[in-house]
Amino acid sequence: MGVKIALAGNPNSGKTTLFNALTGSNQFVGNWPGVTVEKKEGRLKDNKEAVLMDLPGIYSLSPYTLEEVVARNYLITERPDAILNIVDGTNLERNLYLTTQLMELGIPVVMAVNMMDAVRKSGDRIDIGELSKKLGCDVVSISALKGDGVKEAAEKAVKAAQKKYAEAPVHEFGEEVESVLDEIENVLETSGSGIRQEQKRFYAVKLFERDDKIKEVMGNAPDVEELIARTEKALDDDSESIITNERYHYISTIIDSCLVKAKKGRLTVSDKIDRIVTNRWLALPIFAAVMWLVYYVSVSTVGGFVTDWTNDVLFGEIIPPAIEGFLESIDCAAWLQGLILDGIVAGVGAVLGFVPQMLVLFIFLAFLESCGYMARIAFIMDRIFRKFGLSGKSFIPMLIGTGCGVPGIMASRTIENDRDRKMTIITTTFIPCGAKLPIIALIAGALFDGASWVAPSAYFVGIAAVICSGIILKKTRMFAGDPAPFVMELPAYHLPTVGNVLRSMWERGWSFIKKAGTVILLSTIFIWFTSSFGIADGKFGMVEDLSDGFLSGIGRAFAWIFAPLGWGDWRSAVAAITGLVAKENVVGTFGILFGFSEVAEDGAEVWGTLAGSMSALAAYSFLVFNLLCAPCFAAMGAIKREMNNVRWFWFAIGYQCVFAYLVSLCIYQFGMVFTGAGISVGTIAALLVFIGFLYLLFRPYKESSSFHMNITSVRAKA
Amino acid sequence: MQTLKDVKCGDSVSVVKLHGEGAVKRRIMDMGITKGTDIFVRKAAPLGDPVEVTVRGYELSLRKADAQMIEVQ
Repeated sequence: MGVKIALAGNPNSGKTTLFNALTGSNQFVGNWPGVTVEKKEGRLKDNKEAVLMDLPGIYSLSPYTLEEVVARNYLITERPDAILNIVDGTNLERNLYLTTQLMELGIPVVMAVNMMDAVRKSGDRIDIGELSKKLGCDVVSISALKGDGVKEAAEKAVKAAQKKYAEAPVHEFGEEVESVLDEIENVLETSGSGIRQEQKRFYAVKLFERDDKIKEVMGNAPDVEELIARTEKALDDDSESIITNERYHYISTIIDSCLVKAKKGRLTVSDKIDRIVTNRWLALPIFAAVMWLVYYVSVSTVGGFVTDWTNDVLFGEIIPPAIEGFLESIDCAAWLQGLILDGIVAGVGAVLGFVPQMLVLFIFLAFLESCGYMARIAFIMDRIFRKFGLSGKSFIPMLIGTGCGVPGIMASRTIENDRDRKMTIITTTFIPCGAKLPIIALIAGALFDGASWVAPSAYFVGIAAVICSGIILKKTRMFAGDPAPFVMELPAYHLPTVGNVLRSMWERGWSFIKKAGTVILLSTIFIWFTSSFGIADGKFGMVEDLSDGFLSGIGRAFAWIFAPLGWGDWRSAVAAITGLVAKENVVGTFGILFGFSEVAEDGAEVWGTLAGSMSALAAYSFLVFNLLCAPCFAAMGAIKREMNNVRWFWFAIGYQCVFAYLVSLCIYQFGMVFTGAGISVGTIAALLVFIGFLYLLFRPYKESSSFHMNITSVRAKA
Repeated sequence: MQTLKDVKCGDSVSVVKLHGEGAVKRRIMDMGITKGTDIFVRKAAPLGDPVEVTVRGYELSLRKADAQMIEVQ
């Protein structure tokens, strides 16, 4: 019979390594429903009947972070047959804190003490038998990295799961706390809440902690406020703190008999590395050097080269001509040929073109994360980024975003805090990416005589947009609801294994292809259809000229929207729409619409015509709009993938477009006034927008301390 | 009242009481900073905030604003 085992443990305890060692390639990676937390499931290598569920890495079962809520919802409502609790032997005291909570769930627990090789090396000794006695569960010592003891741990977990019977937790709290918990258990008994015997302890503790989310799950939670208040008064602390104190107190009473520490005072290798890497003077230069290396390899050289090759050669010179030749040889209909070549092949190319660069970047990210440096990045950069609602780790997505927004957005995966991550996803594409450079070159060349300030100003606008959006969004109700305590472990440095790095790279790359691919492919086909079909001479059919296609009709229909921004010409609207396929298309579209068959990357041929059709101010407003509005479809696909939520996806895209529109509006309208055009309705509108913007930017801000997440909806879908 | 924020780098202190409430307080306690715990202040980040401390044998970083909630002696 199949059993379900949950793998639970602290972050950095080697959980992923153990999971990979136990399941090998039998893994299924997805997301927990509705949230951005990754969900991994796999079958045991040696026992295909047993499913191992990898829970998010957590320190506690508190109701305050997304990961913790996801993990405990799974444990409470899905009730796996056993829990395999992985514990970092080099950091036993804090790791056992989670164990004491897992023990109360009424689910059989098997504990795997990991990194035993490192423990032995440091001269420490852990008494496994004693630990097992004091905690009341089976304990196995393992080294996930070397594969020692891993099989035994899995076998014990399967056995415990088949037993389906959990020992009552052995650990005890202080007398006063125990007596009040007993009373609450009695209340639970008499109130007929239908809670199973083995879960009573858990619910009693949670009720005592005043855990609202558990009350929600219970429905008719009995009122025990009086009991809580009495104990709080007696112990002079709030109930949550009382329980936490009691847990750590219990651990400190047992730790001495389980763990014999070697002589202290020696600096470990990790300490020595940290002395240099987070040194007051060296930290920033080292950080800059690491970032430069990441950028140089994954964007400028290796990654960029491979991506260019995939885009220009593989999906430019090799595959399309080959398919074209084949289609012509079988006399394929022109429209079908168009669909296959310009729709499907181009769409697939757009998806795959980004993959090589992304894989190179993901290798770096996986390495930085698992070696421990990523946590230091957050430590070093936190001071700057937290001011506008981002995490220190937002630096990497933004940096990569200057090359390409797609891997930039995917890099946001390294940010644990849900709020910081969403904020980073929304703002990363404000930074001008490589594909926006041709637009900048076009506008600068055509209307500003190639002035040297245009390009830097584009980056300035991008950075300002990130900062302002961060401040504005963090004050909105959507974001202010969730607290973001920055209390973070700085794990010891260690060398990750090649296998783990490659696996992480592949998982992320594949999830981009799978989840973002559909969006990209469909939108490319849509744009192909609307630009190559239309009504010409009163007949529906394929059109030779882009200006006869449906797309130009769409452009004409929507051009008026952009009139207040100074570029109400339908050609500009069409160019902005084709920019959604890939930003550099804006230049090519202008070329086609102005009647040039072939244009250079910066569109030098159309400079004269463009200058004639647009004022410099309108052109700058056009530039700013295209820099800030919704990114290309590939980046939108990445946003959808990373948000993992349709509403958040549309919010991100909507916010970007509205923000771009309003900024361009202000630039154009105020520019008109400054160039002496007089005040109009538009000026007043822009002024109102500007005042509203200042209000949103400077209104007071208070961080809420409650965490809003709809448990029941997650549960229903889980 | 002396808080963790005022402690100089290289000093060791012991926790007297935790002030504040809700998520941040719980998180700090979950990470092992409870009454009577010894804390060694290791260093401050290059820009002065956050700080790195050693608690229960591992390294933890927290912001000075949060460190202010921890009363020490």
